[in-house]
Amino acid sequence: MTADRVRTLRRGATSIVIAAAVYQAVAQSGFFASALMPGLPTIAQTLFGMLADGSMFMHAVFTLYRVLFGFGLAVAIGLPLGVLMGRFQAAENFVLPLASALMPIPSLAWIPVFILWFGLGNTVTVLIVFYAALFPMLLNTWTGVRAVNPIWLRAAGAMGADEKKLFWKVIIPGASPFIIAGLRQSFLRSWIAVIGAEMLAASNWGLGWVIFDAQQFLNADVMLASILVIGLIGFFTERLVFGSLERATIYRWGMARMAKG
Amino acid sequence: MQQAAPLADIAARPADGEAGALRIVLRNAFPFVVVGCIWEAVAHLGLFPAQFFPTVETIAEAFVRLTLSGVLPHHALDTLIRLLAGFALAAIVGVSIGVVMGRSRRAEDYLLPLVAIGAPIPGLAYAPLFLLWFGPGNVPSVLLVAFVSTFPIIYNSWTGVKAVKEIWVRSAHAMGADNRALFRHVILPGALPYVMTGLRLGLAQAWRILVAVEMLAAVPWGLGWMIFGAQEFLNTDVMLAGIAVIAVIGVGLEKLVFKPLENFTLVRWGMMAS
Repeated sequence: MTADRVRTLRRGATSIVIAAAVYQAVAQSGFFASALMPGLPTIAQTLFGMLADGSMFMHAVFTLYRVLFGFGLAVAIGLPLGVLMGRFQAAENFVLPLASALMPIPSLAWIPVFILWFGLGNTVTVLIVFYAALFPMLLNTWTGVRAVNPIWLRAAGAMGADEKKLFWKVIIPGASPFIIAGLRQSFLRSWIAVIGAEMLAASNWGLGWVIFDAQQFLNADVMLASILVIGLIGFFTERLVFGSLERATIYRWGMARMAKG
Repeated sequence: MQQAAPLADIAARPADGEAGALRIVLRNAFPFVVVGCIWEAVAHLGLFPAQFFPTVETIAEAFVRLTLSGVLPHHALDTLIRLLAGFALAAIVGVSIGVVMGRSRRAEDYLLPLVAIGAPIPGLAYAPLFLLWFGPGNVPSVLLVAFVSTFPIIYNSWTGVKAVKEIWVRSAHAMGADNRALFRHVILPGALPYVMTGLRLGLAQAWRILVAVEMLAAVPWGLGWMIFGAQEFLNTDVMLAGIAVIAVIGVGLEKLVFKPLENFTLVRWGMMAS
């Protein structure tokens, strides 16, 4: 088994090294101008330069601020609304048609409209993130609440649970695998949306903005360095934040199997 | 009475017939009417300049005008062609890579790290880079859309091939199936539910970024470009008409492309309840 793992790791490392070597070879062959396709050392240098002077950090902070604001808003509205839809037929009848009409519109399509309404800047980006994150949150919560086993509700009712207890002790834990899947999906969507929104609507800071801005000056090294940072932040948020959230809740409650369904 | 609700609901719902259908249509239309009325009220109250917040009639008028002059269909058609070109590319490449990864341990070991590194980076982040490399226009938009939708297709095809039961493969072998027959009659149908999920996710991803890519890539025609261009002239009615078309295409893709395809293959083969 360990020999197997070693072989897998060796092959994985080989392919990454080969991919890097191919990139470096293409970059040096002069097929593209070196400003358009800088070599790996140049990218590394730019990355360290931007990390050292703190500008990369500022860009990341602005992007994270926007993403968390929009995502937080989407959770604050999508979660209660999803629960309402799951519990009350009237709410479902009203919200579901609207949600199914608005959901297929990519959030980024609203950027020009929002820019006209709210002007360039943070408001537009936050709202675009909110729009992108709202629907996965809403629909997953709704599905989750409806998927709570009715027997649990009846059992809790028979044991004398009032509405409040029923909600906190049965419905929320029962729907949690779906809610966590919704949080995860919402965050992924937010992360994509924030980059696009910053490119089109931000004015001086943000990882999306810096990539877009670098295009004007043909700074491909800045672009690639920022893309790397974007990928790393996305990857670690997904793994660390949502991974540990899952372990702390649904795995501990023994509900992980349901989350896959 | 929470427990009684589902039962009451079933009892109240007529089996079928016109009255039931009409009720469903009305129920679904009601929220739109409410939102439309609120929109109309706000637009007529003049809280915002009419240019920025047009009435529903103005939007409908812009929609009819642009449709009749053929501008809107041209934009929509170009967007659809770009979407399908990118998605077709992604489907071919993604399913091939996914199947190879699922069948060969060696390919899996070599390719998985690259896929795992590429997947978490939002595709839009590459957009300016692709524009630098390939110039503005169709080539970077189609490539970017293809690139973004490839990853879910790879992941799901790979998982699907790995989920094919070993016992099916062995029994096919025992009955003398060669590699081609094995692939055609066992692995492909077995992996299909996953592959379909992957294609669906891939198309959805492609659709979500295509509009933004069109805004960035300065393509001559396309709904994204139309909306973005209308911003310069403060034509909010044109923008909202464009967004309405985008919504219709989005709903149509889901209902007309994937539902029938799913019914045609998976349900017919009995791998999924309809």
